[in-house]
Amino acid sequence: MTEFYGYKRSDGSVGVRNHLLVLAPINCSFEPAKRIAAQVEGAVAVTQHHGCGLNRMVVNTLVGIGRNPNVVGVLFVGLGCETLTSEVLAEGIETTGKPVEIVVCQRDGGTLKTIEKGTRILQKMTQEFAKLRWEPFPLSELTLAVECGGSDTTSGLAANPATGIAADMLLDEGGTVIISEPQEMTGTQHVLARRAVNQRVAEAINQMIARQERGMKARGINSRFMSKGNIDGGLTTIEEKSLGAIRKGGTRPIQGVLENSSRRLERPTQDGLWLQDGTGSDIPSMTHMVAAGAQVVAFTTGRGSTVGHAVAPVLKITGNPETYASMVDNMDINAGTILDGSESLRSVGERIFRALVEVASGRKTKAEALGYRDFAVFGRN
Amino acid sequence: MKKAIKIDEGDNVATVTSDISEGEEVNVLSPKGAVVLRTKALDAIPFGHKIALAYLDRADEVIKYGETIGIASRPIGVGAWVHTHNVESARVPTSVFRSKSP
Repeated sequence: MTEFYGYKRSDGSVGVRNHLLVLAPINCSFEPAKRIAAQVEGAVAVTQHHGCGLNRMVVNTLVGIGRNPNVVGVLFVGLGCETLTSEVLAEGIETTGKPVEIVVCQRDGGTLKTIEKGTRILQKMTQEFAKLRWEPFPLSELTLAVECGGSDTTSGLAANPATGIAADMLLDEGGTVIISEPQEMTGTQHVLARRAVNQRVAEAINQMIARQERGMKARGINSRFMSKGNIDGGLTTIEEKSLGAIRKGGTRPIQGVLENSSRRLERPTQDGLWLQDGTGSDIPSMTHMVAAGAQVVAFTTGRGSTVGHAVAPVLKITGNPETYASMVDNMDINAGTILDGSESLRSVGERIFRALVEVASGRKTKAEALGYRDFAVFGRN
Repeated sequence: MKKAIKIDEGDNVATVTSDISEGEEVNVLSPKGAVVLRTKALDAIPFGHKIALAYLDRADEVIKYGETIGIASRPIGVGAWVHTHNVESARVPTSVFRSKSP
């Protein structure tokens, strides 16, 4: 049995990082939030850009981020006149037992006084870190999110299948994997539905993909479109393109579809592979899987991507040896060895699995080491 | 020796890892890295495209990732280039993608 090292939280979950989240519920108060975070070790400031109204999907996502076990404490920095108040969000996070505090610019006397008050609160919170114990846990306590961005011909050939092998290894040791980007699942309904644990889940998968296709059609996008670049790159059918994308989640049975809407943001209720009815853009997609409880992200790319995430470490995997060489500052894993035949898919998959366990146990990814703290929320009304 | 990778043990096509000329020998590797087939390429096959590992009759399923990615639209010999000229989607005709933009 493989173990990883993490930190037990009071709600029983296990964190792999100890982030203090400085959360501005609206971007009107993001400047003071950033300044507070800049003054305290381990703090990271985030906000959202969907206005100050009560967008329930934004609320559910921010609450999920605050509840993520990688977050040890939350300081809200509000403006004061927003409908999406800090109190609304705090209510959803406090039940985890982690410290949650609020400062508000209009109530606390403007920027400077709010920054001073917030910084003092956060300084005290970060000192409490010393009481945390770093302990070994089984992989059943780990949830991995898989994401891809900047794909090319090598993605479906090397990075995605190798990451899928690592995902299967994690699942076989009782771990949990979340895969999203349902718009990339077009044409594979029948394959995914066949892998569902029961008929109800199979129907949920069919409904999710049909809904995505309808939504894209309404926006004038043909979800079944394959570009000339796709075909020139060697992709013959939409099934092949989608199968290459979903392969990064591995090949094990699908436990369910996680709702990600204004009604609720569901989290996996048991170990195994889960699909999230999420979004497609890389950063919001990661945010929503992290909001559903993922502590670590595996990110596959062909052309190269530089992104990290504010709350979860992001391990970057490329199957393109040229991208690995030219963007070595950003790429953690070279899966391009599959192309020259110097390494098998299986061997690279095992290497990714070991790297994920190391990262879960505290080893910084390249994006983390460079201080990348990407964050964005997708808010469908 | 030129190489092609079989992503799933059950696949009947493999992806070539470099441009291949007609008549060149190709080693086909399993996911575990073993050479499972050595064959001569019947056509020129560009990097990232597929080579047939078994004879496929018209209407046979083309298997990659252990799943059906399409249906052979004409007979395909071992070592042949497998693409839109001899495979159709089982879901949507591939010609649709070529004739329409999003």
